Amino acid sequence: MISFLTYDFMRNAFIASAAAGVICGAIGYFLVLRREVFAGHAISHAAFPGATGAALIGLSPTLGLMIFALAAGLGLSGLGEKVQRDAAIGIVLSFSLGLGLLFLHFYTSSAGFATGLLFGNVLGISHRDAVMLCVTSFVCLLALGAIARPLIFASLQPDLAEAKGLRLDIVSNLFVVITALAIAEAIQIVGVLLVFALMVAPAAAAARLTHTVRDGVLLSAGAAVLVSWISLILAFYTDWPASFWITALGLGGYLAARATQAKMAR
Amino acid sequence: MNAISFDRVVLGFGGREVLSDVSFDIPEGSFTGVLGPNGAGKTTLMRAILGLLRPAAGSIEVMGEKPRRGDARIGYMPQQRRVDPDIRLNARQYLLASAAGKQWGWPFLSADLRQAVDIAIDSVGGAELADRPLCDLSGGQRQRLFIAQAMLREPRLLVLDEPLISLDPGHQRSVVELVGRLSRERGITVLFSAHEINPILPAVDTVLYLGGGHAATGPVDAVINNETLSRLYGTPVHVARSEGRLFVLAQDCEIHSHLHDHEVDARPEVVAR
Repeated sequence: MISFLTYDFMRNAFIASAAAGVICGAIGYFLVLRREVFAGHAISHAAFPGATGAALIGLSPTLGLMIFALAAGLGLSGLGEKVQRDAAIGIVLSFSLGLGLLFLHFYTSSAGFATGLLFGNVLGISHRDAVMLCVTSFVCLLALGAIARPLIFASLQPDLAEAKGLRLDIVSNLFVVITALAIAEAIQIVGVLLVFALMVAPAAAAARLTHTVRDGVLLSAGAAVLVSWISLILAFYTDWPASFWITALGLGGYLAARATQAKMAR
Repeated sequence: MNAISFDRVVLGFGGREVLSDVSFDIPEGSFTGVLGPNGAGKTTLMRAILGLLRPAAGSIEVMGEKPRRGDARIGYMPQQRRVDPDIRLNARQYLLASAAGKQWGWPFLSADLRQAVDIAIDSVGGAELADRPLCDLSGGQRQRLFIAQAMLREPRLLVLDEPLISLDPGHQRSVVELVGRLSRERGITVLFSAHEINPILPAVDTVLYLGGGHAATGPVDAVINNETLSRLYGTPVHVARSEGRLFVLAQDCEIHSHLHDHEVDARPEVVAR
């Protein structure tokens, strides 16, 4: 028996990060295809005041995360390409963090709460939360599968998809709802500021290494799970934060993918 | 029988009128080159035929029906966007996505659908290219596969928006030959927009020349001549011939040079000599 698995908190962390890794890897791959990774970043920031606000009024922070992530996602999707998205996203992003800070200012009970929210606290996840993550992840995967074909078409060739009669706005809204739920999961593992590590790093590496959508999604999801599991083990033995290891392995994996692909191209 | 009929059509978007009171017929099975300076309304006209833009006035008929989005009888190839080198999907993925893209639900591809993609790829002789990453293919190879994509499920009308953009002359020739052959052998009507007439001269039956909000149609010589183009532009235009090529000149400026970039621009393109 591997010694770290004798601890409840480690078992919960393994279950939770597998659940979040699978859906974040899969969603992240589509964010990369759609060149929307920064929208994912913004949704995660927008969720921050949701969690602190919910805590302030005595509700579940996880619920607050989900509601705010959903609202931000639908808001961004509604903006469409009509406005300059970079600027719009940037403004939403900084105001969200500011608002979250204001709520924290009034909710003075614990400094650990803020750090956990910003940088993740995977080792502090309860069994109940881990099970909830599995359920959410499963639902998100089913939903992603159901919209996969129109989503791929709209992501790769939006002009043609529109001409063929596909409603791009419907596809985009459905995708953003699933993305928001997945981000709310990722935040519980790596925190608001480091969602990129779980969601984009494995996906960007997978997009470079694979030639079909199916392989890309499988590799991305698999890599996200593997990265978080290895990080948990490293965190257990080094006593460094698991979130640090996830970001470090994310970067390492991405650089290795770039190097591998450059080698294959030669 | 006409494949496309425009009757006193007014088209515009964003408060700008692009085509005013335009009437023409395009016969079934013909290869029609859609010409005119940037901003003359080539893409707008195609969007109207695809049912993406409703005319402000007049009526359009496409193979006997009003234009509607998603008409399976039309194969469309939009103007190409840049290909992201970080996404290394093979070309077949794009065709599969296009063939399956309107189906919601359990995301597995049927044998029938895969076969339809194979048939389309074979119709352009692209079997060897289809499994290579799209971003590694040359511009001409990419266009060949996007034509295959437009050929999916055997359309009656091909609407191709600037397929020659940023191709070198050799690739331009092979794309024009390919589309000309598909049109002849299968009796498909082709609408092919281009910056200038010379690369498509070997294949065109008729031209549809847009300028100043108006259109002129007919065989090449009936449209690309001094009188017709002068009337269209509202300024004296001279058409010069040299070694089987046509040059459209406005006084001492060349309106259509074959050396220009492809930025989308609302002004007519006038290149000083």
